[in-house]
Amino acid sequence: MTHPFLALTDSDLEEMLRTVGVTSVDELFRDIPAAMRLGRSLELEPALSEHELSAHMAELAARNVDTTRELSFLGAGIYDHYVPAVVDTVLQRGEFLTAYTPYQPEMSQGVLQSIFEYQTAICELTGMDVSNASGYDGETVTADACFIAKHATGKTKIVVTEATNPQVRQVVKTYAPGFGLEIVELPHRNGTTDPDELRRAAEGAAAVIFQQPNFFGCLEPAPDLAAAANEAAALPIAHVDPLSLGVLEAPGRYGCAIALGEGQAAGNVPSYGGPHYGFLAARQEFIRRMPGRIVGETVDAAGERGYVLTLQTREQHIRREKATSNITTNQTLLALGGLVYLTWLGPQGIRELGETCLSLAAYAQQRLQEVAGLERVFAERATFKEFAVRVGRNARDVIRDARARGVHPGYALGRDYEGMDDVLLVAVTEKRTPLEIDRLAAVLAEVAR
Amino acid sequence: MKLIYEKSQAGRRASAIPRHEGLPAPEVPAELRRAEPPRLPEVPEFELVRHFTELSTRNFGVDTGFYPLGSCTMKYNPRINERLVGLPGFAQLHPHQEEDGAQGALELEWRLEQILAEVTGLDAVSLQPAAGSQGELTGLMLVRAYFEDRGESAQRRKVVIPDTAHGTNPASVTMSGYELTHVQTDARGNIDVEDLRAKVDEHTAALMLTNPSTLGLFDENIEELERIFHGAGALMYYDGANLNAVCGISRPGDMGFDIVHINLHKTFSQPHGGGGPGGGPVAVRGMLEPFLPVPAVIKRGDGSFGLDFDRPRSIGKVRGFTGPFGVFVRAYAYMRMYGPRLREMSEAAVLNANYVLARLKGVYELPYDRLCMHEFVLSARDMKRDHGATALDVAKRLMDYGFHPPTIYFPLVVPEALMIEPTETETKETLDAFCEAMLAIAREAAASPELLKEAPHHRPVRRLDEVRAARNPVVKYAFEQHPAAEPARPVAAEAPKGP
Repeated sequence: MTHPFLALTDSDLEEMLRTVGVTSVDELFRDIPAAMRLGRSLELEPALSEHELSAHMAELAARNVDTTRELSFLGAGIYDHYVPAVVDTVLQRGEFLTAYTPYQPEMSQGVLQSIFEYQTAICELTGMDVSNASGYDGETVTADACFIAKHATGKTKIVVTEATNPQVRQVVKTYAPGFGLEIVELPHRNGTTDPDELRRAAEGAAAVIFQQPNFFGCLEPAPDLAAAANEAAALPIAHVDPLSLGVLEAPGRYGCAIALGEGQAAGNVPSYGGPHYGFLAARQEFIRRMPGRIVGETVDAAGERGYVLTLQTREQHIRREKATSNITTNQTLLALGGLVYLTWLGPQGIRELGETCLSLAAYAQQRLQEVAGLERVFAERATFKEFAVRVGRNARDVIRDARARGVHPGYALGRDYEGMDDVLLVAVTEKRTPLEIDRLAAVLAEVAR
Repeated sequence: MKLIYEKSQAGRRASAIPRHEGLPAPEVPAELRRAEPPRLPEVPEFELVRHFTELSTRNFGVDTGFYPLGSCTMKYNPRINERLVGLPGFAQLHPHQEEDGAQGALELEWRLEQILAEVTGLDAVSLQPAAGSQGELTGLMLVRAYFEDRGESAQRRKVVIPDTAHGTNPASVTMSGYELTHVQTDARGNIDVEDLRAKVDEHTAALMLTNPSTLGLFDENIEELERIFHGAGALMYYDGANLNAVCGISRPGDMGFDIVHINLHKTFSQPHGGGGPGGGPVAVRGMLEPFLPVPAVIKRGDGSFGLDFDRPRSIGKVRGFTGPFGVFVRAYAYMRMYGPRLREMSEAAVLNANYVLARLKGVYELPYDRLCMHEFVLSARDMKRDHGATALDVAKRLMDYGFHPPTIYFPLVVPEALMIEPTETETKETLDAFCEAMLAIAREAAASPELLKEAPHHRPVRRLDEVRAARNPVVKYAFEQHPAAEPARPVAAEAPKGP
């Protein structure tokens, strides 16, 4: 009995064994000591046909409550923005989907040129000079940036603002001992970071990491934070929402050394946390310290333009223990999704998308106050698409009760911040409508306070 | 071919964004407002689709043809997986969804962990690492946590790596703050046990080993290696890049390894996407479980599934959330379509490799003349000496025959290396056609080596100048300052295959 993913016929088997010069498949494994052979079948459930598998998977999927089954205002790092059909169309091309890393450029011009175009898009969004081909996610590219900063400055202290995504801080702290880094967290003041405090904390630091908009959804005084870090001779690193950059200033325009972030919002579905892409862009002076793949332009033997992986002497397969990172597999397909999405948006689309988010979020703030009587936390701070409100009792209970009414109202900030057990973080993307926001307000009027 | 930016015309667009009347005006404080718009492409939707479709035709994937890229396990990626991963219950599930709204996802993760534990012969699994190299780094963090817990971390500073190791291994050692100890390969392609014995002591934290190795050989002294490392109180780490050779046949846990990473994008069919995504779960022996990343996926007494963040001895988090979930959907689906028959998958992979090896070894130099596992390494050293054609030239010439080249110049212990991994998902006819091409190229190298040196002749581009790219890096489009694209040329109807 053969298998859909195998091809050996009895006569193939016979002829191949004869060519190899053995009498059985078992003999091929003669180098494995007897004591180390399994000697039994794997204790796994029997093989399923495609049809049976589909039924099983549909049953598992049906036990998830996704954003098509529940009106969702969840964000906190992963956002329910619309992903257009053209993204799927391109990503399902087998030539992209089933290719390896483009080590052989003559076989891989499609993926190489698309990465070059992606690098350009990321540099345009962030105002930076050089982008890599992607990292794993918004968390790990931040850890990568710490490694760059340590080697660029020779210093080992990293300051990260407390208003930066808690998972980002946790990943940076997990990487820190191996990197030989000391991580200092800088408290927020009423929802944003104080530039003077940041300047003092940044003394002797390799880098300062802040998030714009920050985890509470508040707009940081980002140009002042970057200036304060630069004054203290620490590299300013901005963790940014790519879809905010149609309306918010590019980090490269206000003095940041590195701009990075989670790319999911731009062209990837939430997919329970991955796979997505992290983007990482920097000023020109850091190009030889960048982790991961970078694509460069060149010419072929006939003088025609083409694209190759470049500056590979930074990388593990050449430099081994002296490499700038151990990364090899990255998130190319998801970054391609990002490029297709940003191309779909265009410069007008990304500005309009930002404006729609701003307007809807402002409307949501009004309605939550008028209808549900909920006060914003950090009310004097400007926001983009996400904001925090006090719900009068434990936010996790409010979430449970709202979900019972078909609305997921947001993220419970008390999961990460002391004294915020009654605070809900509400995200409003362009997919939400004024009517849906009215419904959120009505539900919260019932279940909050 | 033009860049998408060169097709851009101001005023065109593919998107329409919802706008609503009567809402508050969008306000951004003046000092934070964007001054200049990003110069993203301006194209209509049909030009977008046409551009990326044309790009795809300039790319080669497993769906296009045979892709024997050694150590990369370029097997067929089942199409059903793409349909399943797009189910709204998976694709549109927010990772902060409450546990009771994510029971299907959590159960899938829990079940995948159970399967990986059985396949690796170990006790506990974390799915969190994003790729193989992050699995390595996570593994080394676990090593450090383990020895810190035992009060031995100051003493045990060294990680032993053979000279056949993937470049990620030494890079991961550096990133985790350990020191490297290199060991050599012996004449049969195994770790040199005498060299090793002299280098393993109370300062050794761990061994990192790929088995079968990047030479495609199962280490014949694996039992002795286990005695040496565990005898010295050190841990053993298994780089699972080559797990496709041994599923259901021999398990890393049974070989003595304490920590394993699994490349879901190699062995378990996550498509590689032109460079990613991947998935690099780690499986460990029970004594290391308390140190695994948080959150852990758990099954509760009442049969429900949940996330446990309360693991005080955990190393922390290496990535966001529970890991690359879409990769888990595909890997789980793939393994359910095999079940215990995973053994047949590995057997076919090993048979295919040995068959191609047997057909090529008289013509190409074989540095270690043994039966191989799922891959093998030939050398073009003789060809270079006799005819001036290198492994690179063979690789480029293979493109003209319609095949993706093997991995070249790796592992480093073999000069002019050609590392060939056919995988199990190829017919004998394809393997034969590849062998015929390799044999023809060997004849061409003797008769007309310039055919190889000037190859490829039939790809969308000729051989590319990588030195020039690195000397003067151009890593983004420069808009008005960018050199113009080449003028349009007639398009060849179809690239001829071979001479």
